Amino acid sequence: MSILQTINLEQRIGDAVLLNKVNLSVEKGEIFTVIGPTGAGKTTLLRLINLLERPTAGDIIFDNEKITDPSCDTVRVRRRMAMVFQKPAVFNNTVYENVAYPLKVRGTHAKTEKSDVYQLLETIRLSGYARRKARTLSGGEAQRVALARAVVVKPDLLLLDEPTANLDPENVKMIEELVMKFNRENGLTVVMSTHDMQQAQRMAGTIGVLMNGQLVQVGRPGDIFYSPGNARIAGFVGMRNLFGGYIERNEAGIAVVNVDGRDIQTVSDLPVRSAVEIYVRPEDVVLAVNAPASSARNILHCTVRSLSSSGPLCTVMLDCGFPLEALVTNQSVSEMGLRQGQEIYASFKATAVRVMPSTRR
Amino acid sequence: MQEIWQALVQAVNLIVGLDPEVIQISLRSLYVSAWSISIAALICIPIGGLIHFHDFKGKRVVINIIQTFYSLPTVVVGLLVFLFISRSGPLGGLELMFTPTAMVIGQVILILPVLTGMTIGALSGVDRSIRDTALSAGANNVQAMWAILFEAKFAVVGALILGFGRAISEVGAALMLGGNIKGYTRVLTTAISLETQRGDLVLSLALGIILIGIAMVVSITMNILLQRY
Repeated sequence: MSILQTINLEQRIGDAVLLNKVNLSVEKGEIFTVIGPTGAGKTTLLRLINLLERPTAGDIIFDNEKITDPSCDTVRVRRRMAMVFQKPAVFNNTVYENVAYPLKVRGTHAKTEKSDVYQLLETIRLSGYARRKARTLSGGEAQRVALARAVVVKPDLLLLDEPTANLDPENVKMIEELVMKFNRENGLTVVMSTHDMQQAQRMAGTIGVLMNGQLVQVGRPGDIFYSPGNARIAGFVGMRNLFGGYIERNEAGIAVVNVDGRDIQTVSDLPVRSAVEIYVRPEDVVLAVNAPASSARNILHCTVRSLSSSGPLCTVMLDCGFPLEALVTNQSVSEMGLRQGQEIYASFKATAVRVMPSTRR
Repeated sequence: MQEIWQALVQAVNLIVGLDPEVIQISLRSLYVSAWSISIAALICIPIGGLIHFHDFKGKRVVINIIQTFYSLPTVVVGLLVFLFISRSGPLGGLELMFTPTAMVIGQVILILPVLTGMTIGALSGVDRSIRDTALSAGANNVQAMWAILFEAKFAVVGALILGFGRAISEVGAALMLGGNIKGYTRVLTTAISLETQRGDLVLSLALGIILIGIAMVVSITMNILLQRY
């Protein structure tokens, strides 16, 4: 059941279009992650949902109520949601007072307030900090306080605007675990924005990709990361080996794509002469010193341009008439004795090649 | 130099010896100024909040006008209030002339621009994220305003101390509206002015020390309270 919907949501400031006809639907109890580059409109979207701003057009439906309606009681709606901002904002008061604030403005009984706040402080691992000034906390601790302040009222919808940006890995992990815990244990619906792809993959049930104010793709993490809707999304989600070409011929579902004069065999139903973008994940490219007797349909003779190690893996840049990136283990590199300028073979299956209609004009 | 030193010693004796006249004048000064700052605060903080939280045409002009009146001369305020409450003025029937009430009215008007302007300044200094955080946490507009005011407490209290200082130290309005009547409207500043003219430097000096002392105690007390809350 959908708890939140936006219908043709639009936000403009002067001539600038911050959000353009955004239609999304969030299911009750799910973690919906909005990913997109900086300036894509993620913060604007969350602020509109939290009624901190009014949209220039479009509607927001929250739990079957049109909350963008001018007659809607803003305070009542906001009291069913909570938001955590990118920059940890804490009141110049004690940690206890910060977490208790939403309960105080709702007139919660003092006894309930105390037990709820102390219980949450324990959950966010700040139980000894109740009397400490919130402004003296570290960024990660302050963000945990902000998260506790958001969930203390057990909201129906939690909005997180890049909650872990600029935090150290340990605090990122802690915040992610807390959000997932609240989601799992209380069925809390979460809408989170992030520009961190891995985080989106770790947390999301559904991902929405926002680019230049437009929601360009919505799907499960697998759909977005392995079948991006277009080259722009593919580029954003960090895909390498993205090439433009056209379909030369198509026989029984095996489409041959011409990329800079080289034929790449792919699986696609797109008609002949369609302009397409194709991409191959670097980890799907297999390297061999001698021509491989492989079932892979694409075997390219190429030259090693560079090698760069990162942890146990090595990125090998190849020149096959077009630049191709391969990701192999350092162990393979030393076994094959790979070095710059060496001529080798790169192979990948036709099914490893994703084909998308071209977005270039 | 010798004369000044002797006057200073005698002044301290007057204070330490709790001279009844000195005590009476000091308490009256405190009373008038405390009323003035309290009334002014009740008017200025909400007005400052209203101006800060609402965007309207000419807002900048309004703020500029308020700031211009920071340097409102005390005698001009005295004159204006005089015109209203003197026997032939529109409020003459209230018989406020030469009463402590008239002095409070004058001082409130004197403090209004400073306190309003500084409240606006104090609120502007609070990060916008505080307002968003309060609203997002479920606060209504009034609760959010209190949250922001709380964040600006140092600046607001600073404004209150400044307003109090302007009230207790002014002599023009107090003299014109109070009339410096002994035992009724004589306050520290009017007494110092009179006693200096009469040549009683000892009393003047004693009253001057008390005036500075009061300002210091008020400022220190406010700061201690601020640290605590």
